[in-house]
Amino acid sequence: MSESDRFEPLIIGFTCNWCSYRAADLAGTSRMKYPPNVRLIRLMCSGRLDPTFVLKALAGGADGVLITGCHPGECHYLEQNYKALRRYHLLRMLLTQLGVEPERVKLVWASAAEGARFAEEVGRMVEEVRRLGPLNWPAVAADGGETVAVQTPNGGHAHEGEPLIAIPAEQEVTP
Amino acid sequence: MSTAPLSRKPQARIGVYVCHCGSNIAGVVDVKEVARWAGHELADEGVVIARDYQFMCSNLGQELIEADIKEQGLTRVVVAACSPHLHEATFRHACQRAGLNPYLCEMVSIREQVSWVHTDREQATAKAKALIAGGVERVAWHEPLEPLIVPINPTTLVVGGGIAGIQAALEIADSGYPVILVEREPSIGGHMAQFDKTFPTLDCAACILTPKMVAVGSHPNITLLTYSEVERVDGYVGSFQVTIRKKARYVNTETCTGCGLCIEKCPVRVVDEVFEAGLGYRKAIYRPFPQAVPKYPVIDTVHCTYFQRGKCKACQIFCPTQPKSINFEQKDELIQVEVGNIILATGYDLFDCRRIPQYGYGRLANVYTSLEFERLCNAAGPTGGEVVLRDGVTRPKTVGIIHCVGSRDSKYNSYCSVICCMQSLKFAHLVKERTGAEVYNFYIDMRTPFKDYDEFYQKVLAEGVHFVRGRVAEVTDAARHPGEEGKIIIQVEDTLIGRQRRIPVDMVILSAALEPRRDAQEVAHKFGIACSTNGWFIEKHPKLDPVATMTEGIFIAGCAQGPKDIPATVAQGAAAAARVIGRIHQTHLALEPVRASVIAERCSGCRICNNLCPFNAISFREDLGVTEINPALCQGCGTCVAACPAGAITGTQFSNEQVFAQIEGLLMLDFSGKPVRRLEPLAAAEPAFF
Repeated sequence: MSESDRFEPLIIGFTCNWCSYRAADLAGTSRMKYPPNVRLIRLMCSGRLDPTFVLKALAGGADGVLITGCHPGECHYLEQNYKALRRYHLLRMLLTQLGVEPERVKLVWASAAEGARFAEEVGRMVEEVRRLGPLNWPAVAADGGETVAVQTPNGGHAHEGEPLIAIPAEQEVTP
Repeated sequence: MSTAPLSRKPQARIGVYVCHCGSNIAGVVDVKEVARWAGHELADEGVVIARDYQFMCSNLGQELIEADIKEQGLTRVVVAACSPHLHEATFRHACQRAGLNPYLCEMVSIREQVSWVHTDREQATAKAKALIAGGVERVAWHEPLEPLIVPINPTTLVVGGGIAGIQAALEIADSGYPVILVEREPSIGGHMAQFDKTFPTLDCAACILTPKMVAVGSHPNITLLTYSEVERVDGYVGSFQVTIRKKARYVNTETCTGCGLCIEKCPVRVVDEVFEAGLGYRKAIYRPFPQAVPKYPVIDTVHCTYFQRGKCKACQIFCPTQPKSINFEQKDELIQVEVGNIILATGYDLFDCRRIPQYGYGRLANVYTSLEFERLCNAAGPTGGEVVLRDGVTRPKTVGIIHCVGSRDSKYNSYCSVICCMQSLKFAHLVKERTGAEVYNFYIDMRTPFKDYDEFYQKVLAEGVHFVRGRVAEVTDAARHPGEEGKIIIQVEDTLIGRQRRIPVDMVILSAALEPRRDAQEVAHKFGIACSTNGWFIEKHPKLDPVATMTEGIFIAGCAQGPKDIPATVAQGAAAAARVIGRIHQTHLALEPVRASVIAERCSGCRICNNLCPFNAISFREDLGVTEINPALCQGCGTCVAACPAGAITGTQFSNEQVFAQIEGLLMLDFSGKPVRRLEPLAAAEPAFF
């Protein structure tokens, strides 16, 4: 595939006003380069992220959503990023059930000092979503979620006493 | 604030202003094309005028916006330029001057997020257009807002009576406002009161500290509550209600003259682990040191014979006052105070050197911590300032001082404790001066910035102190040859000569790291602020706002914010005081109106949101069966807005409608800038759950 035919995903990025938005500012002032596929929305906190925002973005034409917030323990509102984390794991389960690859939505921690990390994560996310291809939500929605096997941590049933949300192995969580 | 969400997109007359920022933006983004596109293609979205200009933030640029607001009747403004963190206030003021509510202005960052990070002109221009479309869609849903105005109670609470708290309290009290100073220990003074000399001038710590302590104790504007702790904090900036536990001293401070006869007569001698760092003794009724402020003693009930066995009362019997000042029946008291601002100056704890067993502290008698050595060479200390070994008589002939114990070490604390280099140099000088011993300093890097510090280092070098560069591997008493018998041997790789050395010494001093207080997390939670991963309180901005916190009305000073020396601590104490005095002078404070509010008619009373707020802004009204949000406590994070299953909570400046509209705008163009076939939009005002 030539450079011009290459699939260019559109990604909506949600940033926290105090950390990741400033990380994006820092990436800018440091003149770091990252692909222009991500369009950012500023929220006051990752805790403000209503999962509906993500669904709205995916339904509205985005191929992926990048959620960014302060590192665990460094939230400017003390602990609200943990609430974002909780919702994120539920949201990924929901996406799977809707037939959307959960990898299209990613949660990344980036402090205000981590402009380089922010730029790097954007680049990585763009590559990952490029590999997944276009989302094409109307087709997914029409298909009723059959395109992706429903995978829940314990084979589809929440057994008593077992945690409902398993933290995926690839997700770094350092509380 | 609690207006119901609008269900249809409001009609707006929007002006779009695209900044060149010289060549900063225009060098990469085709700004003229962007402005042209916005004027034509976004006309249906309410854009009535779109302009580009060299420097929007200049006076002329701002006047352009102001003129358009007046002449074109603009009701919304979108400025596509730099980050809102740079110039949002600038453009809000411009709107305000032209009579438009400042919150009806939205900034789109096409410099930090576009021209500075992308190189392809076409792609960058397409992204700039999409970002502006997002801003235009969003701004239509903006509502005029008024800043929240809260009155400021002129009384300030200072927590911690070390040098930071003392400085802050005196500055505020001297400017004529009341201060309540709370200290956990029986006396103010903090760590500084334990020190002997202070670097680099070698002033005696007590000589410069005690006058300030006395000033605090006698200041008409300062209410001093020692042996007291903050139990609970309610309220918000301007009017905090603080509950303070005043622990029972068992001494009536109304009648006590501080004569000290009770201390003299008390038959129980206890090792003083706090002030004397375990090197000296105190009585069961005691004051930490003779110059203590206040002068009143306290009874340590754990060691007091009367409290343990029901008899003795020597202190009471010998008390010369009438009536007797010793009161065994005294109880803890809970005091309620109202304050407008709070300064936290809670200080640090010393690293526990037992955590590094190979350094022998706690096992080898003549290995001392830095704080123990401070007491050892203090003229008012247990040895009267004689630097001697644990036997109390032998003067050391060689002394090793190890830097960075527990700091700059990934196993313990990765940060630099700032003061250890200078403190170790001071110790080296004092050992030389008092004993004439050979002194070895083991350092990783010598860090002596700030005024007169490096000069002090040069002076100590000239005094003949030995410096060995390398991290000490082991401190041991296992001799390998007769010359090491009876000595403590320091095993170290001297990295400057590239070989292992074993240096036998008589005494070792460990320059221990400064660590956050053991209960820092708990205290942070109580006051609604946060700790960094290292455990220090987090400031609002590390450079530009080092003494404020993210919680309005809570300030931090001194080592609670991070390791620092006395000059920096005093500066921070004064800085925090200046911030508070500024607040008090304003009498009222305007808060950003980014707040959540509950639409009572929609609230089902499910209380899901009730436990989500770390600022205790959300409470349930039992009588009405609905939840309420206190706008002055709310910090505007929006977590509750996202959580409400009924969509009953709205967040100003970040409402669902605004974010939904922005998403739609951002996705109006595809990657290459071509319009996208629009899907049927989700109803914007639909509750948060499908």
